[in-house]
Amino acid sequence: MGRILMKGNEAIGEAAIRAGCLNYFAYPITPQSEVAEYLSRRMPEVGGVFLQGESEVAVGYMIFGAAGCGARVFTTSSSPGISLMSEALSYISGAECPAVFVNIMRGGPGLGGILPSQADYFQATKGGGHGDYRLLVMAPAGVQEAVEMVMKAFPLAEKYRNPVMILGDGLIGQMMEPVEFPDELKSEPSNNDDWATSGMETRKSSRRNLVKSLFLDSEQLEAHNRVLKAKYDRMRREEVRYEPYNLEADYKALIVSYGTMSRVCRTAVDILKVEGFEVGMVRPQTLFPFPEKAIEEAVRRESCKVAVSIEMSMGQMVEDVERSVRGRCPVEWFGKSGGDVPTPEEVIDAVKSFVKELI
Amino acid sequence: MQKEVMFAGFGGQGILLIGDILAHAGMEAGFEVAWIPSYGPEMRGGTAYCLVVISDRAIGSPVIRNPLHLIAMNRPSLEKFAPLVKPNGVVVINSSLISINAGRDDVDELLIPANDIAQEAGSVKAANIVALAAFVARSKIVDFDLLRECVKKHFAGREKLIPINMEALEQGRKAALGTGK
Repeated sequence: MGRILMKGNEAIGEAAIRAGCLNYFAYPITPQSEVAEYLSRRMPEVGGVFLQGESEVAVGYMIFGAAGCGARVFTTSSSPGISLMSEALSYISGAECPAVFVNIMRGGPGLGGILPSQADYFQATKGGGHGDYRLLVMAPAGVQEAVEMVMKAFPLAEKYRNPVMILGDGLIGQMMEPVEFPDELKSEPSNNDDWATSGMETRKSSRRNLVKSLFLDSEQLEAHNRVLKAKYDRMRREEVRYEPYNLEADYKALIVSYGTMSRVCRTAVDILKVEGFEVGMVRPQTLFPFPEKAIEEAVRRESCKVAVSIEMSMGQMVEDVERSVRGRCPVEWFGKSGGDVPTPEEVIDAVKSFVKELI
Repeated sequence: MQKEVMFAGFGGQGILLIGDILAHAGMEAGFEVAWIPSYGPEMRGGTAYCLVVISDRAIGSPVIRNPLHLIAMNRPSLEKFAPLVKPNGVVVINSSLISINAGRDDVDELLIPANDIAQEAGSVKAANIVALAAFVARSKIVDFDLLRECVKKHFAGREKLIPINMEALEQGRKAALGTGK
């Protein structure tokens, strides 16, 4: 099949179907609404289910219910909606159920605005809901990558029995780019007979499965949280993904940037290269687990004077960059979070000013 | 080689649609393309614009301050975006609704009475197609026959609209080449 031109939001919906997910619950919110619009038409065509909840709180628990029954399920929303789903995210993580959540971020806090933002970095990578849980978080930088990440998210969620979040921004959702849906990324739902409450008759078992996050006994809860921690540590070992850019040059500065912002930075790196000003970049494709080692190695380069976290927020990922750099060089932040995506020129000015301060 | 085209006008003039058609044509011609809409809190009847990027390699920043070309369908759009166009770009001005010029001597300015031409072709609603045709004919950004195919494809399923739009395309092309009226 050739490439087709699709809006990010529609491509995300189609990607879930192609990945073998036929259960979708959601509530409309800009700039994500086209996913629900698209799937309200497409799901019935392929024998799937689309149900619009009465709120994002309800949707979060519809996801929990379906996932607990062993169904492959996903939802999409935007920032304020994800806040409302965060309680359910905590419960789903605690009960170890697989599910896929897509956040097409808009500006915040509160109702904020509807334009692109990356201000939910903390919410996605550090919690949002309560308790010791982590989401596996992937951040696409274009429509094709969004498609591939959505398709990969389902088997990953099942591998870890944990929610996976795709963290995109409004531009990824609204932009049209050519896409393909790789057949090899279609996957069969994994066997969940040993934990899902899919019915004892269905799975021909005499064993009762119990899906819960309540452990009143301290030793049991301690043991449970150790199990969860072991899972998150395994993600740190096995699931880190990032894209290096211009790291073969003797760069003066290292940019760390993800999503739409990283594309702007890539253009800035290209323009600076022509000027003879070398800048390298690490683009995290997973935000949790974070590519700490790649960043630490990149700043060890003799020529590298500074690491700059460039993000559409007032400085969130910069804390993980600082953690990764381990004091080997100064760490700076540049960003905007009102909805205007910084231009390559603004990135260039910022990076140059940080390097200048150090010379 | 990367080319950026800004389409701008009133909501309802079919701005996003002609951007969509050009992006399709660019993709069919084998290029990388991106179509970026304005999706701010716009009012009905307010401004609408979209940007189409066509490139022979992976597209970096989808955020572009200075587009190479501009198609302005109303006066506020021309006033807002004409100063941003790169030198030597094509600026198509819908002279049916815009009584001023781009005010630039370093761009290729093209005055096209798109609404009038569309009206004569059968419907004023096809003014966007007239402007698109004039732009493609002048800039040669994609092959004109390919554009024709993409317009046809776009209106597949609404067959009765095809003849009007084919006529709008042809008249827009002629106007750009100066062989029309």
